[in-house]
Formats: sequence, C-alpha cells, structure tokens
Amino acid sequence: MTAPSTNTAKPATGIPALLKTAFTNALVALVLFSLMVGIRTEAGSSGQLTYWTRFGELASLVGVVFGGSIVIELFRQWIGPSGAERLVPPAVHSGMAFVGRFLAPALLIFALLVPVIFYDQRYILDLGILVLTYVMLGWGLNVVVGLAGLLDLGYVAFYAVGAYSYGLIATNFGWSFWVCLPLAGILAACWGVLLGFPVLRLRGDYLAIVTLAFGEIIRLVIINWQELTGGPNGVPGIPRPTLFGIPLDNSDDGLAAKLGIEYSSTHRIVFLFYLILALALLTNWVTIRLRRLPIGRAWEALREDEVACRALGINTTTTKLTAFATGAMFGGFAGAFFATRQGFISPESFTFQESALVLAIVVLGGMGSQLGVALAALTMIGGFELFRGLETYRMLVFGMAMVLIMIWRPRGLIGHRAPTVYLTKAQAISSDLVKEGHG
Amino acid sequence: MDYFAQQLINGLVLGSIYGLIAIGYTMVYGIVGMINFAHGDVFMIGGFIALITFLILISLGLTAIPVILLVVLLVSMAITALYGWTIERIAYRPLRHSFRLAPMLSAIGMSFVLTNYSQVTQGARVKPIPPFITGGYTLHESPDGFVIQLSNIQIMVVVTTIVLLAIFTWLVSRTRLGRDMRACEQDQTMAALLGVNVDRTISMTFVIGAALAAVAGLMYLLYYGLVDFFMGFVAGIKAFTAAVLGGIGSLPGAMLGGLAIGLIETFWSAYFSVEYKDVAAFSILIVVLIFMPTGLLGRPEVEKV
Repeated sequence: MTAPSTNTAKPATGIPALLKTAFTNALVALVLFSLMVGIRTEAGSSGQLTYWTRFGELASLVGVVFGGSIVIELFRQWIGPSGAERLVPPAVHSGMAFVGRFLAPALLIFALLVPVIFYDQRYILDLGILVLTYVMLGWGLNVVVGLAGLLDLGYVAFYAVGAYSYGLIATNFGWSFWVCLPLAGILAACWGVLLGFPVLRLRGDYLAIVTLAFGEIIRLVIINWQELTGGPNGVPGIPRPTLFGIPLDNSDDGLAAKLGIEYSSTHRIVFLFYLILALALLTNWVTIRLRRLPIGRAWEALREDEVACRALGINTTTTKLTAFATGAMFGGFAGAFFATRQGFISPESFTFQESALVLAIVVLGGMGSQLGVALAALTMIGGFELFRGLETYRMLVFGMAMVLIMIWRPRGLIGHRAPTVYLTKAQAISSDLVKEGHG
Repeated sequence: MDYFAQQLINGLVLGSIYGLIAIGYTMVYGIVGMINFAHGDVFMIGGFIALITFLILISLGLTAIPVILLVVLLVSMAITALYGWTIERIAYRPLRHSFRLAPMLSAIGMSFVLTNYSQVTQGARVKPIPPFITGGYTLHESPDGFVIQLSNIQIMVVVTTIVLLAIFTWLVSRTRLGRDMRACEQDQTMAALLGVNVDRTISMTFVIGAALAAVAGLMYLLYYGLVDFFMGFVAGIKAFTAAVLGGIGSLPGAMLGGLAIGLIETFWSAYFSVEYKDVAAFSILIVVLIFMPTGLLGRPEVEKV
C-alpha cells in the first residue's frame, strides 16, 4: 500500500513551470555549492589557512544544474509518468532472454581464451585477474546478500582474514599455498560463524551496521597488533603459488626448466589467471548446486519472508549462519589468492570502500543473479580502470552511480529474483473443490 | 582522582558532540525506519562550511568573537540543513516504498558522494584553524601539581548542546511540526489521511537533523581545531552507536547514548590504550545490539506480518 502523498512530484507541464523548476534547482545548487566550491581553502606552509575564490567553477556548476534539470524534466515528460517499464517492448525482452542464454557460455569461453589471445599484453592479463578476483568476491557475497538477503557491509573482513591467514602461515611456517588455501577458507568461515552466531538475530539494517563495525574492528586490530601482523607496514615476502610443488620461477627445478621451454615471467601470470578463474568457477558451481539443495531453498525463502520461514519450521539462525559461513569461506579463498598474487598485504587493502565496492557489484548485478554479478564486476572494475587518470573523481562517480542505480533500478540491472523452484505446470483446480461451505 | 575528574569533563564534551549527531540518526530512523548512512558526512560538511565561513569573516576584518560565532553558527546550520534536504529529496524520497535494502544502499552511495565531493572541492589535507576561543578556569589544583582545567570552549560546547536540546525538545513536544513528526513516526498512512503533509514532515526531519549535525561540526572544529574530509565516517558510526545505545527512535536516549559513548571512549583512551579506542566503541555497538537491542530508553519493536 502506498501512502497517497508520497508519490514523486508531478512532472512540470509547460515552459514557465519547466523554467521555474530549473530555476529553483539552480538556486538550491548555488547555495549548496557557494562555499564548498566557490571557496577553496588550503593550509599554507606555516600552517596558516589561506583561501581563494573559484567563482568560475561555481557558475558553471550552477549552469550545469540549470540545464540538467531542464533536460531531465523534458525527458520525464517524454517517457510519461509511468516510468521506464513501458519503454521495453516484449520483442526486446525475448531478444534479451535469447542473448542471456548464450551470454554465459560465451563469456566463459572468452575468459578461458583470454591468456591465449592477450598472451603478450601483461596489462590485460593483470586486469583480467583483478576482474576475476572481484567476480569471485561478488559471487561469494552473493550467497549472503543475494540468496539469503542479509546485508553484509563487512565482507572485506573475511577477505582480510583469508589474506592474512595465508600470508602469516606461509611466511612463518613455510606451508605451501595449496595447504593454506583450504585453511584460509576454513578460518574465514570460522570467523563468519563466530560473528554470525550472536548477531544474526538482528534485523536487516542493524545487521548491516554490526557487520560494518566488525569489518572495521578487524582492520583496526590488524593495524594495531604490530607484533603479529606488522601493523601498517603489512606482511611482505609472501611466497608465490606453485603448481602442486613445482615453482614457476627461473630456477633449475622450475616448471619452465622441467618442461624444457624458455622461462618467461608471463607463465606465472597465466597460471594466476587460470587459478582465480578456477576458484571463481568453483564458487559459482557450489552456489548453483547449493541453491538446489534444501538449504539453498531455505536461504531464498528467508530472503523473501522471514516470518513465514519461521512459521514453516525453518531454523532461521542455522540457515543464516550457513549462508554467512559459506560466503565468508569464499571470501577467505579470494583473500588467500590475493595474498599470493600480490606477495605483499597491508591493512590498506581492506577498507570499507572495498566492502562497498563488492556490495555494489552484487547489487548492480541484481542480487542473486550469477551472470549479473559477473557482468557488474566487469563493468565496475573495467570502468575504474578507464577512469584511472581521474583518481579523485572516480569514487565520486562511483557513489553517484550507486545512488542513481538504486533510484532507477533498485533490484539491479539484471535482477529478476525468479525463485528457483516453481510449479512447471499450472494445475486447473475444479471449482467444486474450492467452493466455500463444504468443510 | 583529579585525573579521573579531568577525563570526566573531556568525555562529557566529546559526548555532547556525539549526542548532537546521534539525534539526527535517531529522528530519521524513528520516522523513515532507515539508517541515514550519510549523516556522518553531513556532519563533516557542516564542519567544512563553518571553517570556510570563519575564514571569510576573519578576512573581512570582523573581530567581535560573539558576532563571528553567531554568524558562523547560523550560516553553517542553514547551508548544511539545505544539504540534508537535498539528500533526502534526491537519494531517499524516490526509494521510500522500495525494498528494504534500497535506501540503505542509496545512503551508502550518498556517503561516498559527500566524502569525495569535499575531497575534490577542498583537497585531501587536514585543515587546521588557530585556537579561536582561548582561556578557561582552573577548577582544582592538587598538591602534586595536577590541574583540572575547564576551558571556555568546553563550557561553550556543553552550553550550546543544552540550549539546542531545550529548543529541540520544545519543538518536538509543543509545536505543530513536532506533533506531525510524532504522528508520522507512528503511522504515515493514517497521518496522511488526517491531513499531515508527510513529505514535508520527513523533509523537515532531515533538515533539523542536518542543522544539528552542522552545530556538532562547528563544535568539533572549535574543540579540535581541525577538519578533514574523512572525519564523518568514524564519527558517524560512533554517533550511530550512541543512538542505538540510547534506544533508537528516542531523543533523550540519543543524548544519553552520546554522553555514554563519549565517556567510554575517553576513559578507554585514558586508562587502557588510545590505539584501540575505536575498537572499544565498535565493540560496544555489537554488544549492545546483541544483548540490549532496544537500547537504554527504546521501545521494543514488535514484528508484524
């Protein structure tokens, strides 16, 4: 039920109303930006604050707001009041479904071929590894947010636990990557259970804040517990991964020497690429399989209606806990991979921004859609790379995109949230079976 | 004992600042039922606007400190309130009846926008101001030379907080607007049917919350002598902790929670370790939510189908 007065404002009709709206918006923008944009402060060399004016920038910003609101108002009148729903004709929909069916295999084949096609381009391979890391993180968080509907703002904590587990065990005890990888996952899952056990009784947004606090606590402990973690200096010299014991380096017992081919540093990058691809696909496969198990169905039921779940006898605490632990475990795997790829980890890699980025990927991808998450990760990380030159602006753009996507499509770009279980055949029930008054 | 008393004073001052921010969280949560994640950044914007206004006034040649303070207070309250209004209008109002995670995510996005907006427009470096209000009183001097100080700025922070709280309590309990706000808090649809302008009331809630955050920003600027673009995040979480501790939705609770968090943080820094003071504050948030989800003065929330 919608409260009558809370509809969005009616689009202005006619030129005078249009100008009036634009003028009001420009006036608001002028006041908002007057001091923050119009005046620039900076601490001088002696600590004394100085300022100078930037009225040109202020004027152009206000002008942009004025023009922008006219364009937006015209656009609103053009598409009509009912919003974007009617814009998409059914033919486009079926076309999208057709593309969607073949998009996932095509993407997979492309991903498998990337090291072959771009063998010489180190930059693209590195970018591919980065994208796949976020795809994996997105799929891991998708279990928690997309399937179970629990808003987790501290996912990066499990990523950090995984990275530091591998980094510390490998540098202190010299254990191999392949032993540490499951260990990192298990440790992260344990932390997930440890955190989840007390807090999962909380309501959605309380849970979000508690997970956020937990993520910050982990980061602060990593920074301050210098004897163990090296504090802000991080853990250097983390061993590179090996192909089941065979190192990928230039030594005599390295892979290149054993195969009798010439050593190249690209081998390791290609190996890392396939490693993260395999890990990501594992995450995807496990998630898809889990969705078909009773536990996965319970997750989705929980997302839809917690009270109904409880009425049906589903143990909500256990169900949430498994989702949390599963998501955390994948985060831990990704963390271990991150540590071995970088060779160096520090608390700076595990800030709240990272959590928000992964969350944005899941939300943009449509909360629960595996393909959507992969595409969103590709768009986001690719977009970040495109704007690498505009370092300071890109988080600004990122925040704006998050707000706009929420307004435009709160359920994400590819979100449909179709339940995995539904009746394949509509059964006609005879009217005399459902007639009232027959006990 | 003297050390304890001094820390008590410091904690109360810090707690007043947190309490002012916490009121914004608690009011918005009470009416719209969402965590206004960007509120900490509104506080940061308030601090920046106060700083810039100070600079302008001083360079204009004004010397009367009370006049400067009054003008800065009014300007930063007005502009920050407009920020609050705009944020609600752009990022939250279209999502008021969307699914429950949408406003929260939009708020996180808004928080990023505000943080990076001030980084882009004002630079990333910390902005210090020279001590503006100096002097104070020596309350007690012990034989071993430890002095309990009560500075003028501390008095000012506490007095401003008390005055604002009094005005605010009057606003909520005695005026038409306050009655509308309380009505919307209980049942928006019913309030709308009875002629309350729900949209306007919710907007006013954000405006008042932002204005109080601006006051907190000004107090922070005067007390610590600096602002930076990232200060909203941690202050925001702590103020939210304060709101939860006091019982979210309860106004006296928010102030009480703010004082409690300020005291806990100060005493933790004084007696245990400064490095872990944020960990202490966040741990309290977790512990309170687990064992006392309704907070000190909150009402239990009944889940209805």
